[in-house]
Amino acid sequence: MSNELEQVKKQSPEVYSDSERTRDRRVYVPAADIYETEDAMFIIADVPGVNQANVEVTLEKNVLTITAYPTEDTFEGLSLVYGEYGYGDLERRFVLSNAIDQEKIEATVQNGVLTLRLPKAGPAKSRKIVVQGA
Amino acid sequence: MMIRRVISNPWLEAERMQNEMNRLFNAAFGRSQSTPCFPAINVWANDEKQIVTAELPGIVLEDLEINVMGETLTISGQRQAPELPEGARYHRQECGFGKFTRSISLLYPVDVEKVEATLENGVLRVVLPRAEQDKPRKIAVRVS
Repeated sequence: MSNELEQVKKQSPEVYSDSERTRDRRVYVPAADIYETEDAMFIIADVPGVNQANVEVTLEKNVLTITAYPTEDTFEGLSLVYGEYGYGDLERRFVLSNAIDQEKIEATVQNGVLTLRLPKAGPAKSRKIVVQGA
Repeated sequence: MMIRRVISNPWLEAERMQNEMNRLFNAAFGRSQSTPCFPAINVWANDEKQIVTAELPGIVLEDLEINVMGETLTISGQRQAPELPEGARYHRQECGFGKFTRSISLLYPVDVEKVEATLENGVLRVVLPRAEQDKPRKIAVRVS
């Protein structure tokens, strides 16, 4: 995996054919890791330039949407002389197969990485019932 | 690519499109840009200073090293492998990790003492003021 970092990871803007965005900005697809444990799903997405104030996560039916609005670098009196990455919003959707407990989704952003913990709901998970003494 | 109707800064946009075209052209004809590098950088400049920005998600300050020597800026560091809970299995893995190093030739010599670097929300910003002796001077022409 270590040679992965030699490549520029940012993907090209996504083309939406079904609808048009209201915001006049490019849209990029963030790279993401997804893994599953016994009781939860985890989604880790690279969202550089994003803090907790400008990221939205929504879950509708089984579609999870991550939308982030990174702040754009602009420097007064300086011009861009060389550019390798573009600025734009980040958006990505996932269809979740397992039933997720919508109320208990946790999201954190740290160092430009979004971590989502999606606990599994319902009968798939065994529950431990605490027996109380009289 | 989305079509923009209102363009706030036409030169910036033209430049971006040119970069995009070059990238697509090179990809189509198998000529990758000299070396595919990480991290991707943007360079901003005027006569007084240059600013280098890079996207470094998931990299903490302790794992990042920035060196300036003469007219070369070197960014090196590593992204730690993710720590997975026991019994976890991957559905997909796209975020890379590991070590990286990249050297960038600067436009002009900089004042090494005054270089400032910040890492915020996974975005690195290095401000490199131009060396005093390298600054352009205006020479007054006197009429004899």
